[in-house]
Amino acid sequence: MLTLFSTAVLFVLLQAHFAAVIQVLVYAGAIMVLFLFTVMFLNLTPEALKFESRNMAFKGSLLLAVLLFVGYFAAMGFQETFLHTLAIPSVSENFGTTEGVGKLLFTDYLLPFELTSILIVVAIIGVVAIAKRRES
Amino acid sequence: MGISVEHYFVLSAILFVIGAYGVISRKNLLIVLMSLELMLNAANLAFVTFSRALNDMTGQVFMIMSITVAAAEVAVGLALVVAVYAHNESLDIDILKLLKG
Repeated sequence: MLTLFSTAVLFVLLQAHFAAVIQVLVYAGAIMVLFLFTVMFLNLTPEALKFESRNMAFKGSLLLAVLLFVGYFAAMGFQETFLHTLAIPSVSENFGTTEGVGKLLFTDYLLPFELTSILIVVAIIGVVAIAKRRES
Repeated sequence: MGISVEHYFVLSAILFVIGAYGVISRKNLLIVLMSLELMLNAANLAFVTFSRALNDMTGQVFMIMSITVAAAEVAVGLALVVAVYAHNESLDIDILKLLKG
């Protein structure tokens, strides 16, 4: 949870103010509250959470995690020359503001924006269907 | 010298690997979902960093799309968690290897 807020602070540092506000609103305001609500709603008994942690999978996953990490840095070292050319540029006045992002969102990226609304409708219908089937 | 673009990418990679590790190794269904959120968050951070480095707001637009997808995913995922718990009285992820209703 602290991570989510810290990411929002980093967005402010990156001059992405609108993204930072959205991050706090959606992650802290919606997703975390939904998680807490579910934990409360389930009314978990301690017995329900009593299962042994995995042993073989633990080592395997540790190996996989390290491999992912190393692979990421190998790819980054490959592109090091590319990254070093990326001096952080100065930005225009409305970079990262609601106006700038909104203008881009409703002109160039109107179709993906509308597609996300379809996605949300599908998600709502799916959740209602899952919740309804449980009752009967 | 301050914080450079590489630092943001390294942080993003660390967050992503922590999330992937949680998804793979944990057996509690709720913790797995939280780790999934962490992975999406790492991707968002990379999006915004590229957006800043290339001075192009397209990255922020797609970061908003990604947050929308994350919100929809967590709603469906938590509904499934409630259904699984009501059915099995447990959040052990190994129960889900049975596809029989």
